Amino acid sequence: MKRTLFLSAAVILLLAFVAGALFYNAQKAERAGQQAEQNQAALTRAHSRVLGPADARVEIVEFFDPACETCRRFYPLVKDMLAAHPQQLRLVLRYAPFHQDADYVVKVLEAAGRQGKYWETLDALLAVQEEWVVHHAVQPQQVWRHVAGLGLDLERLQHDMNAPEIARLIAQDLEDARTLKVSKTPEFFVNGKPLPSFGFEQLKALVDEALASAS
Amino acid sequence: MPEPTSPAHAAQDPGWTFVFMAWLVASVSTLGALFLGEVMGYTPCMLCWYQRICMFPLVLILAAGLFPFDRRVVRYALPLALAGWLLAIFHWAVASGLVPERVTPCSQGVPCSVEQVTWFGFLTLPMLSVLAFSLIIALLLLTPFKVPK
Repeated sequence: MKRTLFLSAAVILLLAFVAGALFYNAQKAERAGQQAEQNQAALTRAHSRVLGPADARVEIVEFFDPACETCRRFYPLVKDMLAAHPQQLRLVLRYAPFHQDADYVVKVLEAAGRQGKYWETLDALLAVQEEWVVHHAVQPQQVWRHVAGLGLDLERLQHDMNAPEIARLIAQDLEDARTLKVSKTPEFFVNGKPLPSFGFEQLKALVDEALASAS
Repeated sequence: MPEPTSPAHAAQDPGWTFVFMAWLVASVSTLGALFLGEVMGYTPCMLCWYQRICMFPLVLILAAGLFPFDRRVVRYALPLALAGWLLAIFHWAVASGLVPERVTPCSQGVPCSVEQVTWFGFLTLPMLSVLAFSLIIALLLLTPFKVPK
């Protein structure tokens, strides 16, 4: 009797949890889809950094935090995908610098971009991310140590990174992230569609599907 | 006179129902916390983590005390419940501004003083935590847990 009561209570609670989770996730996926559909303008901006051909038929928009470990782990995988489809695929990077002082690194990257070394700097910094991100906080001095070897005009970099346009660009990206309900990084949209659930396999599946329907 | 631990005695023990209800409260709280954290994606603040540390084990400890019913489980569960209750009270004080945030251990940009969830206009998570721990403590105290010699 008591055993039955206990077991049925346990089963009911667990079922309620699982059903709640499934329902919530379904709702969330639907909302995210609608959100992205209604806010296509927020997906890319004129200032966004792009890798790949302008006429690519499939576009990955990635909301990205240079200090985010998972973003770093996805970066080479996404680049491999780009390399596999050089004509059809392009990547648009948007900033969601959620880590402490991550906007500092975005400023360094954008300032390096003004010297034509955006992607080199990004590659170099991501390669040693664990040295300048300690306990989820950016260590600006360590960032400089790794930027120094890239042949950049550091004085100009230091000046440029405080440009009001860069601050505005970060603010715009953060606002777009809010509009699109991006609360974690990395977040991907493939031709405007969000991932059904998070994971590289899901991203790859969505990209393959878009490539198949675009060709 | 049956043995205190014999099944026949346990079946009649009114304490069982109280411990069972305490287990229900702990289970609902645990699943609720997991839902907010793992499904809805809210990051728990430091104080939330400590309260979770007190709440989660209660589910297993109280369940273990139910079959066969062992009233001494109250003695093992109460310290956890009391610790969780104190943390919840402190968290509530921080969240309602009675205690300044800077004295509390917070990290990773999730300040304990920010209310992430408010239901019905007044019900916050620290409040629910205080309520859950209070209920568990009350139910455990209602259980006659002193084993007669």
